[in-house]
Amino acid sequence: LLQPAVSVGNVGQLAIDLVISTLDMTKVGYFYTDCLVPMVGNNPYATAEENSVELSINAEVYSLPSKKLVVLQIRSPFIKNKYKPFCQTLLSWVKSSKCARVILLSSSHAYQRDDEQLLGTPLRYLLTPDLEKAVGGLMQELSWKEMEKVAAYPGINDTEKVLHIPGGGITKLLFTESCSKGIQMAVLLKFCSEGDNIPDAFALVNYLNEWLQLIKSEVNTSSQWKIPSSWRLLFGNGLPPALF
Amino acid sequence: MATFFGEVVVAPSRAGVDDEEWAEEAREDTPEDREIRRELERKRYRPRGAPPPLSSLLWEIDVLWTLKSGASTESSADEPFVCSKFIVAVGHNAAAFLSSFILDSVCWEVVGVVKLWNEWCRTSNTTTVLPTDSFCLFYRLISDPTVLLCQCSCYVAEDQQFQWLEKVFGCMQKEGLQVTILSTCPVADYKTQESTLTLPSPFLKALKTKEYKEQVCCPLLEQPNIVRDLPAA
Repeated sequence: LLQPAVSVGNVGQLAIDLVISTLDMTKVGYFYTDCLVPMVGNNPYATAEENSVELSINAEVYSLPSKKLVVLQIRSPFIKNKYKPFCQTLLSWVKSSKCARVILLSSSHAYQRDDEQLLGTPLRYLLTPDLEKAVGGLMQELSWKEMEKVAAYPGINDTEKVLHIPGGGITKLLFTESCSKGIQMAVLLKFCSEGDNIPDAFALVNYLNEWLQLIKSEVNTSSQWKIPSSWRLLFGNGLPPALF
Repeated sequence: MATFFGEVVVAPSRAGVDDEEWAEEAREDTPEDREIRRELERKRYRPRGAPPPLSSLLWEIDVLWTLKSGASTESSADEPFVCSKFIVAVGHNAAAFLSSFILDSVCWEVVGVVKLWNEWCRTSNTTTVLPTDSFCLFYRLISDPTVLLCQCSCYVAEDQQFQWLEKVFGCMQKEGLQVTILSTCPVADYKTQESTLTLPSPFLKALKTKEYKEQVCCPLLEQPNIVRDLPAA
């Protein structure tokens, strides 16, 4: 199961849009949930007149049987006090549907990085202990960087370290719950800021591709991903001619 | 995040991620917290007639139907309404449209009201309202009692929308039901290639489910526009 966390810059969700759009995945269902702000629109992955009138809502599931891939897309923010119920429901669905592993795409505030994190790659990963056994070695081969822990009480006591993912939304909660429930979960995240997060989404989805090999990785990988039609006009309408 | 003046502030996120709120959620529940939550739950489902504590008023929505006998009653135990058409008007403009062009006291009768409270508005369970009040009323066509209409001019908060939906639709028989939702959005929110200044406004757009087989009287809403909140729910 591949899914985003609603996090800074919506990078996880944008990356998921790229995956669904490029792999032309089929919608197989949706979550009927009171945990997300309601929204509805027409098919965001429409490519032609014929497929543009299917309704789309805030939490939908897509699948690609050939790659044994199921993707959940989340399209609206969480309602206050609903993070925990959502995570619990999601993880019990993961368990009951016997999903082998979960990959969470997320992001974290770039301005919260420490001096060392400012250098080098802005991409990080996390693995639950159950998944560490299976793919820990692969991460080493890919030279991926694990998300650093920070001091629980900075300045006072530097020995106790905790996981801190500012701006990550449900990322930390889902990860810690998965650790305790024995679920194989990986978190892939990018440090970023609010703004035009399309390049961040491409970076994250290419990072994911290094591992899962969803599409063939060529030299110019950013052109291999298909941008969905719903990404049009992300930054507003055309300008009124009278302005000039 | 550093601003141009050199001060460091917490950057608000478009994703709706608020770290302070998040820290509150992450705090472990103490036994006292759990006890308080249990008490609140008990009070939410209070016996009829008992005055509601403030905490439950903040969130709960009540749908009250006026039966033929004139007595008000809670909706949950009743049989579902047989309904063929249900028209819902959300927001002041849509509600005003219905008041001006559709509703009149000859053909329509009031059959119910939604009582709710949030930081932005409060409705009451009186069915005689002024146009400037916030209200949420249900009407039935006298000549065809399976046609229901809802005028909702009050703001239904994010965390109440799902409850509104479940309580209202929970009272209706859903087979053979056709639902029409009327709502308005600012033209400035409409995403289009040209500027919205040149668009002839107001204009109509529609969204429909696969099951809706009839002709729609206006063009469908193009990507990337979306609808949110109660009309979306």
